[in-house]
Amino acid sequence: MTVVRALLSLLVFPGALFALPAGWFMMWLQRKINARAQGRIGPPFFQPFFDFVKLLAKEPLVRPRLQGFLMTALPLAAVASTLGAIALLPVFPRAGGFSGDLVLLVSLIEIGPLCAVLGGFVSRSLYGGIGASREAVLTLAYNLPFLTALVALVASAGSFSLAGVALAAAWPVRVLALIALVACIPVKLHLNPFSAASAEQEIYAGSTTEYDGPRLALWELAHALEWVALTGLVASLAFPVADAAWPVRVVVFVAVSVALVVALSFAAASTARLKLAQTARWFLLWGSGIALSALVVAFVRL
Amino acid sequence: MSLLDSLVRTARRRSPWLFHLNAGSCNGCDIELVACLTPRYDVEQLGIRLEASPRHADIIVVSGPVTRTTLEALQTVYAQVPDPKVVVALGSCPASCNMFAGSPTVVGPLDRIIPVDVYVPGCPPRPDAIVAGIADAVAILCGDAPRPEPTYVPVVTDACATGGLS
Repeated sequence: MTVVRALLSLLVFPGALFALPAGWFMMWLQRKINARAQGRIGPPFFQPFFDFVKLLAKEPLVRPRLQGFLMTALPLAAVASTLGAIALLPVFPRAGGFSGDLVLLVSLIEIGPLCAVLGGFVSRSLYGGIGASREAVLTLAYNLPFLTALVALVASAGSFSLAGVALAAAWPVRVLALIALVACIPVKLHLNPFSAASAEQEIYAGSTTEYDGPRLALWELAHALEWVALTGLVASLAFPVADAAWPVRVVVFVAVSVALVVALSFAAASTARLKLAQTARWFLLWGSGIALSALVVAFVRL
Repeated sequence: MSLLDSLVRTARRRSPWLFHLNAGSCNGCDIELVACLTPRYDVEQLGIRLEASPRHADIIVVSGPVTRTTLEALQTVYAQVPDPKVVVALGSCPASCNMFAGSPTVVGPLDRIIPVDVYVPGCPPRPDAIVAGIADAVAILCGDAPRPEPTYVPVVTDACATGGLS
């Protein structure tokens, strides 16, 4: 039964069958909100889907064998690990989950940026290398508040399982920790004001500069899934409606995720890009400050 | 035509990504191309995106009469764009070298270097004309319109042969 349940959450909900259309919808929503905020009409509804199909149908460039293998394997690993992270989300806190799945979720979410760093260097493009090194610096910077906030939640709930954290974390800790988590999302998704890692037009396309056709389509897919994983993590920790029927939980999960996408998109449309050092400093100072206060509150209440 | 083919054709029609290359242009055409992205013309409605990397692009938009210093970059970028691809000559310069014809620093017009599919004449062309030219290019890209016969058989360079890999 647990195998069936694990497969269902990986392939159906909140896994592939839900996450793929949801990720494309979130990417469309972000571009649409960005366009509306600038007074434009914006892309049509199916735009991310058509972008993906078109990139898949482009002829892949013949590369040296090892480089071609790595440039296909790294985005594939990012897609697989992000999909695994989505499958672990505690949408149904009382069903499934195991002690320590929070640690697994964090490591799965981190594999995507790690693959982007490696992928940038593997592509042997100058701008890919610059984007990759920026991504690496920012990963170090935002992981301090990201992990501290999760440790605060774990300390408050006294449990290493996502379901336990979703149900048992104290609310003052949870609010502070969620603020810190939400602040980390724009870096992972390369959104303004923390978009120094991709910095389109400035360092071309960052770590994906040299990727073409199907390989780029895999990165776009990983990016769409990251949207679902990160907003879903915050949504499932912010509103664990444990006693409601499953349709209510699904609706709350989707609604909070979409509301978060809208908020992040407006924040991205109304801010300018910070420099690399400014972004890192912001996270080491303000992001970590909020996360550390969550940690202090968690331990004081214990 | 199978369902998959028609899906790919629709996707190509709905999602053309541009790479813009300035081959010695005076910047007039470049400004008009960027004007297409502004709220007034907003080509993102048509799925058009100005991409930063030639590896991501479907349509290469070249402005300028092709100077000697940009010749190698032009050939490299043309080879770097994965197939299928379409070349749009933006403005009068890539079509005829315009007022720079006969200059010792100019090696154009563009169709002597790479095969050109769509010409958008004008000095500079209006954004409406550019959008119409890109629409023609999209029709060639997705197979709705035939690709025109090249007027000049281009020389295959080292960059073309290796797909732009250094």
